[in-house]
Amino acid sequence: MAYAAKVRDALREEIDNIESAGLLKEERYIHSPQDAWIDVEFPAGSPLKKVINLCANNYLGLSSHPEVVSAAHDGLESRGYGMSSVRFICGTQDIHRELENKLTEYLGTEDTILFPSCMDANAGVFEAVLSEGDVMIADRLVHASIVDGIRLCKAAYDSYKHSDMGHLERKLEEHQDKRIRLIITDGVFSMDGDVAKLDEICALAEKYDAMVFVDDSHASGFMGKTGRGTHEHCGVLGKIDIITTTLGKALGGASGGCVSGRKEIVELCRQKARPYLFSNTMPPVIVSAATKVIDLISGTTERRDKLEENTKFWREGLVEAGFDIKAGESPIVPVMLYNAKLSQDMARDLYAEGIYVIGFFFPVVPKGQARIRTQLSAAHDREHLEQALAAFKKIGEKYGILGLGKKEILEKFGN
Amino acid sequence: MAEMEETILQYVKDEYLEEDDDMEVDNDTPLISSGIVDSFSMVSLKTFLEKKYKIQIPDAKATPEAFDSVHKIAALVREHQNQ
Repeated sequence: MAYAAKVRDALREEIDNIESAGLLKEERYIHSPQDAWIDVEFPAGSPLKKVINLCANNYLGLSSHPEVVSAAHDGLESRGYGMSSVRFICGTQDIHRELENKLTEYLGTEDTILFPSCMDANAGVFEAVLSEGDVMIADRLVHASIVDGIRLCKAAYDSYKHSDMGHLERKLEEHQDKRIRLIITDGVFSMDGDVAKLDEICALAEKYDAMVFVDDSHASGFMGKTGRGTHEHCGVLGKIDIITTTLGKALGGASGGCVSGRKEIVELCRQKARPYLFSNTMPPVIVSAATKVIDLISGTTERRDKLEENTKFWREGLVEAGFDIKAGESPIVPVMLYNAKLSQDMARDLYAEGIYVIGFFFPVVPKGQARIRTQLSAAHDREHLEQALAAFKKIGEKYGILGLGKKEILEKFGN
Repeated sequence: MAEMEETILQYVKDEYLEEDDDMEVDNDTPLISSGIVDSFSMVSLKTFLEKKYKIQIPDAKATPEAFDSVHKIAALVREHQNQ
């Protein structure tokens, strides 16, 4: 037996350390489809509790939409369950290419390639396109999957302070000797909910002869007037060289992702991106349902409009109640609590009130920046949000934080 | 304060602190373990040191521990200057 007792003990100790640091992640079992209301078993073995979900990435409320579910059934019936192959051997069906074409049209790019997830898209794209002599210059708050992708690539890398255009410009000047400069950013940043300054980034890219990469996972389907994403929101449609995004959030919420952008970049991914070459093709069920999602949101902006209204109502309600939130326009609304324990205590109390939210603290967010991240959905109706606001006010009052800013909260609860 | 420490400290402040940061950083302040510098953005510091002091720091030596304070970083630079 190679799994010796000393190995078991060492691994057990690591888990214990995670637990004693208060960082152990526990799964909560949900017994219903993803929606505004969900039935949750937590802790394990407890009776089911019906709660309003304010922490899903189900921005457009399409995860359990009847037409999407029906399209998934159609995909299962007409193309089967699995393909037992990677894409380039015998795993590409007509519907895979159809979805790629629809995404290209929706995102306003030249071509698209599907990946099993956006994590895989981000892990594969840099290595496929860049080499030694190039440089990747990334915002310091980009998603972990981009950090992993950068680490797998042989090109040099550098970073700039979050959304600091002066700092980015200095870095671009510094790297003028490189063959390719690629500026890398999230479209909407997942923890703060702020939008990248893509108009300024594209202007800098032009000035310093750089390409632009945007991960629009928290934006595709709803940011911008017709929901195309942050490039539409910032008025730079057609100027982003590489967009990666997910089908696991607003666009149906199951799984899958893509690289969409310049034709040659997409083709290089088809030839060289390892997660594309060595991971199974997306199952027909998901391809079929995701295609329906693109059809649904191409025809009407109703759902993104409702999400926008919900976001406005929620942001205004929290501010009026006296909460300190990160200002912005996206449906990611962080309620700032700064103190890690306070974020955990409040999330627990809100759950008891029937509101499902999660508290985030270091190392997921910087030290002293603990928060409860709330996320809106087009599946929420006004009554859900009113009920959630009432619960937030009640718990905010309990801890005496309404009307307090960072300094006052830290004085009261410590760092 | 030695000139090298002063130069590195100034670089750390310019490169990693935000304008609204009210944090005091000195030569002994933990940089990595406190979260001021994360292991991902540490690379710009390494590049700066290599250019400024005309040295090569092997990746194996550029550990989060070795970069955890201005004092430790200066010691690492001196070690490589003497090689």
